[in-house]
Amino acid sequence: MAAAAKRVPLPAILLANDLLDGDVVFAAAAGPGGLAWTRDPARALVASDDAAAERLEAFAAAELRGNTVVDAYLVDIALEGGRPVPRHFRERFKTLGPSNRPDLGKQAGEGIAPAPKG
Amino acid sequence: MYRYDEFDERFVRERVAQFADQVARRLDGSLSEDEFKPLRLKNGVYLQLHAYMLRIAVPYGTLNARQLRQLALIGERYDRGYGHFTTRTNLQFNWPKLRDIPAILGLLADVEMHCIQTSGNCIRNVTADHFAGVARDEIEDPRPTAELIRQWSSGHPEFSYLPRKFKIAVTGAQEDRAVTRAHDIGLRLRRHPDTQETCYEVSVGGGLGRTPMIGKVVRDYLPKKDLLAYLEAILRVYNLEGRRDNKYKARVKILVHEIGAEEFARRVEAEFARLDGPSINADPEEVARIAAYFAPPAYETLPAVSNTLEAARAANPAFARWVEVNTTAHKVPGYTAVTISLKPAGQAPGDATSAQMRTVADLAERYSLDELRVTHAQNLVLPHVRLRDLPAIWRTLGEAGLAEANIGLVTDIISCPGLDYCALATARSIPIAQAIQQRFADAQRQREIGPLGIKISGCINACGHHHVGHIGILGLEKRGIESYQITLGGDAGENAAIGEILGPGLAAEEVPAAIERIVAVYLAERLEAESFIDAVRRLGLAPFKAAFQEVPRAAA
Repeated sequence: MAAAAKRVPLPAILLANDLLDGDVVFAAAAGPGGLAWTRDPARALVASDDAAAERLEAFAAAELRGNTVVDAYLVDIALEGGRPVPRHFRERFKTLGPSNRPDLGKQAGEGIAPAPKG
Repeated sequence: MYRYDEFDERFVRERVAQFADQVARRLDGSLSEDEFKPLRLKNGVYLQLHAYMLRIAVPYGTLNARQLRQLALIGERYDRGYGHFTTRTNLQFNWPKLRDIPAILGLLADVEMHCIQTSGNCIRNVTADHFAGVARDEIEDPRPTAELIRQWSSGHPEFSYLPRKFKIAVTGAQEDRAVTRAHDIGLRLRRHPDTQETCYEVSVGGGLGRTPMIGKVVRDYLPKKDLLAYLEAILRVYNLEGRRDNKYKARVKILVHEIGAEEFARRVEAEFARLDGPSINADPEEVARIAAYFAPPAYETLPAVSNTLEAARAANPAFARWVEVNTTAHKVPGYTAVTISLKPAGQAPGDATSAQMRTVADLAERYSLDELRVTHAQNLVLPHVRLRDLPAIWRTLGEAGLAEANIGLVTDIISCPGLDYCALATARSIPIAQAIQQRFADAQRQREIGPLGIKISGCINACGHHHVGHIGILGLEKRGIESYQITLGGDAGENAAIGEILGPGLAAEEVPAAIERIVAVYLAERLEAESFIDAVRRLGLAPFKAAFQEVPRAAA
């Protein structure tokens, strides 16, 4: 296998699209030492060092193989008010939704608890 | 309008069943994403930024009321209550779930629609003049040709894995409203000067994207009967010789450019001579069967002037203005073609809600002989409207927020979805369109400026046709922010031209002021009744460039 592609600068989060729904999902801490997908960008696990980033990468590879998500990759972020915010505007839109439709997507709370329908 | 025969019906139903099975195999893990991706793309399913996207073919932009209502239903039941009409006259839903797509395809098949070949390296949905069959400047209706090509190209085994996508447009009119010269193949119906027989002028190698090219004419007068064999010859030369090693050099325009139009034409003619024409060309009976579906509908005999209309115009200036801007002369006296603007200020260009789709479907059924069209400029058309019905139509459209009188004007902006939706985009398009619409919202001002086509793409792939915009705007990323490159002098019509870059990129908030300055040069310099694009042609780029350079910049 070729050497791994150059990793984005840290800190970073892992995002992907859910296979079934297409929604943007984020890897979050779940249970002791575990990871699971969440639709809430605020809950995304922030990897600040190489070990944490490798863990996210391993999770991405397993989940792609397991056919639960597609298009999984790390995104470099800045912490703003304790929340991870992607540094690049493209990825910021993925955590928000269409900028011309504030009534749609994550910015409108879609798929994010405690919305009534998840 | 064309109706499916048993073969069409079976073909589409079989494809729905096949794709449903492929989705099931993807979901149970038998197909990996790498295996599934080309299959989903063949059926119009993309993965975009926030969700999957489903692209539904509207062949040559023609729909009936039942079909549009079904699209409204799908939008409501499986999406977010709206859809987006594209520059290929297709409809895109932005939020479908993969698990629902087989059900959606079933609903589409119920109304003789599908998503086949709306993506992938194959022959895409064929587009045509949106005033086909009704335009006064038309020699012959292009839709029978478009339908014949649809049937020939659907599932064509030899051309299912071309080097790259392949787009065909057809027009039968003097004015090119189908952007034929920016297509891989553009067909223009014209009469042979000696025989008066209707033939095709065939151009090849047009296209936008990162290497924009205007198509070159390779045949001046192709007899109609030879169409499919000639298309087959073009596609075969391209399929064999088009580049597969570099995606950015794989379109036929690159091949035509590299070997030259003359040499390309020579190879096509040699292939055409080798082909067994009669076995490829459509049976004249089949051609006649298809053409019969597009026979003119049963028009009433009406006076050329409607007193009802004239009285309403005299009484209501806003209505009069809408009639002036949004209607087009019809072949048949007493009728007109109405263009419904999907560009009301503040909306995403080309978006329509399910409720609006139902309103338009009702209008088409009641007032337009159950027919409507989608235009490449992302608007809708009621093609067969009695003049006297215009006041009622205008009132209903007004209630639905669809009575904007801006067709062909500065706010009738073509825009791709851009980075608000598209995974390929490098910058947003829709907010730029909205900001320009806001800047030029004043109706009087729009009228004073006259015809002006602004086209915006959110990346170099140019779905928003920016290269052929009178003013083109291309959204790029520059050092981590969105940056917009402005071009001037493009033309999508029969005098097709690629616009030229005016200067360095602008920040999003600087774009409306830049457009303002360009327009100001035009208003100051124009001759009596000279349109924007004519003035640009006469003046050249220099005065516009000078004004552009004075645009205040936020950052150096």
